[in-house]
Formats: sequence, structure tokens, C-alpha cells
Amino acid sequence: MIKVQNLAKVFGAKRAVDGVSFSVERGEVLGFLGPNGAGKSTTMRMITGFIPPSAGTASVGGFDVVAQPIQAKRLVGYLPENAPAYTDMTVHGFLNFAAEIRGLTGDAKKKAVYRVVEMCFLESVLHQSVETLSKGYRHRTCFAQSIIHDPEVLVLDEPTDGLDPNQKHEVRQLIRRMGEKKAIIFSTHILEEVDASCSRVIIIDRGRVVANGTPDELRARSDWAGAVTLRVGGLTGAAARDQLGRIPEVKHISIVAEDPSGVSVRVYPKPSATRQLARVIGEATHGWRIEELHTEEGRLDEVFRNITMPDTVNAREEKE
Amino acid sequence: MNTWSNIRTIAKRELAAYFSSPLAYVFIVIFLLLCGFFTFMVGGFFERGEASLVRPFFDWHPWFYLFLVPAVGMRLWAEERRVGTIELLLTMPITAWQAIVGKFLASWLFLGLALVLTFPIVMTVNYLGSPDNGLIISGYIGSWLMAGAYLSISCFTSAMTRTQVVSFIVSVVICLFLILAGFPPVIRLLEGWAQPWLVDVVTSFSVITHFDGFQKGVLDTRDIVFFGSIIGFSLFTTSVILRGHRAG
Repeated sequence: MIKVQNLAKVFGAKRAVDGVSFSVERGEVLGFLGPNGAGKSTTMRMITGFIPPSAGTASVGGFDVVAQPIQAKRLVGYLPENAPAYTDMTVHGFLNFAAEIRGLTGDAKKKAVYRVVEMCFLESVLHQSVETLSKGYRHRTCFAQSIIHDPEVLVLDEPTDGLDPNQKHEVRQLIRRMGEKKAIIFSTHILEEVDASCSRVIIIDRGRVVANGTPDELRARSDWAGAVTLRVGGLTGAAARDQLGRIPEVKHISIVAEDPSGVSVRVYPKPSATRQLARVIGEATHGWRIEELHTEEGRLDEVFRNITMPDTVNAREEKE
Repeated sequence: MNTWSNIRTIAKRELAAYFSSPLAYVFIVIFLLLCGFFTFMVGGFFERGEASLVRPFFDWHPWFYLFLVPAVGMRLWAEERRVGTIELLLTMPITAWQAIVGKFLASWLFLGLALVLTFPIVMTVNYLGSPDNGLIISGYIGSWLMAGAYLSISCFTSAMTRTQVVSFIVSVVICLFLILAGFPPVIRLLEGWAQPWLVDVVTSFSVITHFDGFQKGVLDTRDIVFFGSIIGFSLFTTSVILRGHRAG
């Protein structure tokens, strides 16, 4: 549904987006991650046709956003960053306007407004002016606007920004539900959101795509992936380090906590041995009083940091 | 027909926005008060003893509009840009032209409404004597066209900035130039040193010169084209400015 090829945007001397390519099919929810100023919003603005690309192409449903903007825009629902809405209108008036400009009239319009009001829980503020709404309601009003024509493609720029935890949860559920039938791109910098609703993740940094895969694939790139944490009673840290260090599959060892009753150790595997480390450790530590042992999953936040600011992460690890 | 329904939707929203804020009511009240005061007190409507609206009523319009029209037009795009709704508007399945024309038409209709509400003055003059109503109608048409020309200028100054005040000041200055270019004292000053052809060129840019024809009851194509081309040119400039913003 969405196809982006070598998309670039130059603002003055700054290359905000620098050769981004990806595609999103129906039934996919693509999480768009990246530090602030990485070019997420700019990319989304180009896909929705708000700003023209400096180079490269973007198309929605086969329509190029520059050559056939109206056809492309018809297929897209867009929630811009900060969820702008006409402050002088009531929620009802605003949604009616959005429906009309999407070409809905009469009964279809009424039904569409009713549907999104219900989906976004806006009944209680329906006749209130947008100006007087709290941030959460305003956000949902703008979100409602983006789905009023039941679009095939949804582009959501930080859809959960400024919402309370319950509202965040609702929005994520909504995105996941709608993602079964639509092609959705949403940007965020909250990593748990990726797990909650994405089928695929793209990490973008300084205008370039630096990672592209399912959440699990990305997690596997973490140093933590396959690491084993164990607590052993009646052992000192030095002894544990000594014995575990002899295992060929071990890359390095860190002592998490040490007290007179025992020690907690985390053992990181070499890349070739991410899956069997727990078994190997079990075999190599006969006679130890193991009180606790589990294999860690990769952590997205660490992968994110590793990819987007590799220098600082490496520097810190060396210090440790 | 899609084009028209899009323009209508935009215009409807814009008109509703005027009336949902105090702006519309404040504007209409002040405009009517000014009209009444200047016609009857300053313009010497009664002292003239003639059943005509030309001098006492229409003569003031270029000056009222100088401040009132930019006040109506300044929010058109500046507010959209400040609040960020421009991003919504221009990602809807409409062209930028439809949005520009829709917004312009809404404000223009609003100004037309304010103008129509001056009808008691027409009734007064008809009650007191028998004026040439054709003259009055052509005066109204000219006045509305002039308001449209001012409005289109505010429209493009509004697109230039996200601050309404800046938009207001810039468009007042431009409109002031359009008035002064045909203001008799300025023309006399100019005649003192400039070649006659230069004086002609300058005065031909003035709204006053072109409004004069309407006040005399002459619907001259050149005057209509003059106002029409100001509107067309300003709206075109608006579209160029908007495209420029988006291109970064």
C-alpha cells in the first residue's frame, strides 16, 4: 500500500531525510522509531503529501503523492504531530467538516461521525468547543478525524503523545485492531508501544534507515539476547567468574550483586551460542547451589541506543 | 463538481468560524457605527440637501476598509499555520487552490453581509427623497469589489507569517499605498515634479480612481478588471507562498 523509494528532503544545508526506502502492505503495522529530529515527521509529511520530497518517490495505493496527490490523499488518514484541530469549532462540527471534505454526505456522513465518536470515546464532549478540551480529548478528536473515512492507509505521528496510561493503552489496542485490515505507519519514541502494536519496526537516525525488521528480530540484535542470569548460593564473585570464564561459549561476565550468602552473575554469550548458553552453564557448574537461573530476552531500548548512538554505548561499556 | 463542493465545504467552515468568535459581531457593529457616524455627522448627509449616497457614504469606504478588512483577513492563513491545522487542511484530498478560494470566498461573503446590513441608510435616503438607486447599487458593487481586493491582499500577507499582527500591519501598508496613489493631495504633490505619464501610471494603481467610476454609476470593464486582477494576482501569490513554505 505504501511504497517509499530513496526519499530525501533537504532543508537548506540540512538533509532531514536522506534516502529512505521501505514499504508497508495491508495488514502491517509499521513502527517508526528514532531519536528526536531523526526525520520521522518529515518522512510522514512527505508520504501524506504535505511537503514535496527533494528527491525520491513515495506512493500510496499505487498513486504517486506528487503526480496524483488527490487520489493518494483520498486513501490516507493522517494524524499530524501535536494533533492540531480547529479550536473555534465544536468536536461535532469539526468531525462533520472532516467527513464532508472527505466526500461523505447525508446518511453516510452521519454514520461515519457516529462511528468515530464511539470508537474514540468522544460522546461526552461532542458539543464542546475544541478549545476547551483537555489534551487527551483533543488528541482523540484529531485521531477520530483521521479515521473518519475508514482509510486503507493510516499515518499517525506520535499517536499516544500526551495521553494518560489508560488512553495510551486504548489507542494501542485500536491501532492493533485496525492494523489487521489496513496499512499503518506510526511513529513513537516509546519502545513498549512497539511491542504492543507493531508487526514491523524501522529505526531511523539522522535521516537514514538504520534497522528494519520484526520486533523479535531487532531484539535478537541486543547483547542481552540469550544472556543468562543466575544466582548461586555460597559462592564468591571471584570464584564464579573464574569457573564461568572457562566456558568457551562465554563472551564476558558481569557480577550483578554479591553478598555473603551468594552471588548474582550475568553471563553474555558469544554470537554463535545465543540459544544454548543456559544448557552449557548447567553442565559446567555441577555442584553449585543454583537458586535462580533464567535466559534474558533482548531488550529493544538497548538495541535502539546501540544503533542510534553507538559511540556513547561503546564508551560506557569499556568503562565498565 | 467536486471542486465546487470542496470549496463550499471550506467556505462554510470558515464562515462558521467567524460567527463562532466575537470577531464577526464586533466587526459588523463597528463597521455599521462607522458608516452611520461618518455619513450623517462627518459627511454632512443632511447639510448637503441632496438625495445621494455617493459623497457622504461611499467616499469613506476605502478608508474604513483600510483597517477593517485586514482585521478580517489576517487570521485566514496565519492562524492555520500557528495552530498547525494547515497540515490537516493540505493533506485532505483537496488542492491548495480550492482551500485558498474557499477561504477567500467565505471572508468576502462575510464582508458582503456587513455591507448589506447598511441598508437602513439606503432606506433613509429613499424616504427623504428620490435618489438614483442605480447609482447606489453600482456604488455597492464597487465597494464590495474593493473590499475583495483588500481582502485578497490580506490573504497573501496572512500566508506570509504565523503572526496575525504582522499580517495586519503589512496589509494595511499595502492597502494604504493603493489608496494614496489616487488620493487628491498626493496626486497634486506628484504633479509638481513628475511627468504626466508617470502620474497616470501611479493613479491607475489606486483603488480610489477605480472606485470613482462605480460611484458615478459607470460599470466600466477596466475598473472591474482592475479589482479582479488584484484579487487574482494576490490569490496566486498566496498559493506560491504556501507552496514555498511546504517546499522548505
